[in-house]
Amino acid sequence: MLKKAGWKIRVMGPPPEIRSGCDLVIEIPLIEKLNILRTLENLKIPPLKIVPVSSPLLQPVDLFQNKDFGKYLMIRAANMKLTIEKETQTIVNISGGGCPDVPYLASKMVGLSLDKAPSPREIGHTLCGYALQLAYEEMRRR
Amino acid sequence: MIGVVGTVPDQDFPLVTGETRLKGDSIHIRGKQIPVNRGTPALLAAAIKTAQVLDQGAPFAYLVGDVGLGHGSRRLYEYLSGQLGKRDFDTIVFHYLQPDVDWHNRVLFAVEEMKRRPVLIADAGFMYAAKMSGQSSQYDLFTPDIGELAFLADEEAPHPFYTRGFILHEENRAPELIARAYQHENAARCLLVKGKQDYVADRQGIQATIDIPMEEAMEAIGGTGDTLTGIVTALIGTGMEVVKAAAIAARVNRLAGHYANPTPAMQVIEMVQHIPRALSEILQRG
Repeated sequence: MLKKAGWKIRVMGPPPEIRSGCDLVIEIPLIEKLNILRTLENLKIPPLKIVPVSSPLLQPVDLFQNKDFGKYLMIRAANMKLTIEKETQTIVNISGGGCPDVPYLASKMVGLSLDKAPSPREIGHTLCGYALQLAYEEMRRR
Repeated sequence: MIGVVGTVPDQDFPLVTGETRLKGDSIHIRGKQIPVNRGTPALLAAAIKTAQVLDQGAPFAYLVGDVGLGHGSRRLYEYLSGQLGKRDFDTIVFHYLQPDVDWHNRVLFAVEEMKRRPVLIADAGFMYAAKMSGQSSQYDLFTPDIGELAFLADEEAPHPFYTRGFILHEENRAPELIARAYQHENAARCLLVKGKQDYVADRQGIQATIDIPMEEAMEAIGGTGDTLTGIVTALIGTGMEVVKAAAIAARVNRLAGHYANPTPAMQVIEMVQHIPRALSEILQRG
């Protein structure tokens, strides 16, 4: 939503002082704080906190690894793995991860084609879900 | 008795505690059924099968529904922090829970209140919280896969999603990553690293490497790491030493997978059925 509205933002890791568990931050230009806050509040997704940071933030994983099983292709992003049957594009397995939405995402996605399955972005809630979204996007890109 | 703490992927599933049974493809607890596909139900299925062969009691589970919003996990954390201190377990495994450092620490305080300290095992989200809290050394066993090992090795990362790129998740770097995890105090007393090769390690280094039988498809199958954690939990529950149990569990899990003749499309319940045969065979070999 923020990107669509034209702001330059980045998804990043939280600074140590506000880490609680499964979190991410959106890096925004502080000068646009009020405009961005208004946008998020209008969308009913206000941020939990807005904090200034001076040190560099951790970046999400952006490395993908793939494994070709012949009939099947697996892509891994961070701790999440997505496997499809190449011919039918059917999602046959999801593995890895440790957050509670991983089994939930698997129950909703496995057995469906990449086109028909809900994306992790739509129904996931955690960083593992986000990592699976990256694997899903990479799989679709290929 | 072994205790298993985790979640099931059903938002409406209430907080339930009790002994578990495996009937067909489902875990049964207090009149409720949970299909075994991956996650904590897969861990429980493997632990139940293993305990049956070893003539041990059924695992006692603490389960709650959570689809990633964290509400169920927090209810379970709260329950455990109030109740765990009154219980007695030989071994407890903490599994799929929303990582939450504050609640993790409260649960660890409750463990301290127990009359005798059980063997503590952490995997999945609870292992993430344990590492992030800086209390990894309180645990006897972590069971990471190679991606999670890279996270343990990265002293900066609060979640595997933020593992820095220079710490590549490459199988052949596992020994280096294990050493780094211990160097920064981000490993349990023993590590069982699940992957193409399974490693059993402690602070002194790698104690065992298990790489046969090799079934490449296992990496793609959701829940095969959970079954390994379930097997090792049940073995440790018999009083077996952690390093020895980890090495046996790795061999059993691989052999059960082999007997299932896996493809990347196989579902984990198919290999669970082969655990008793694999376990009996490995124990006979000695």
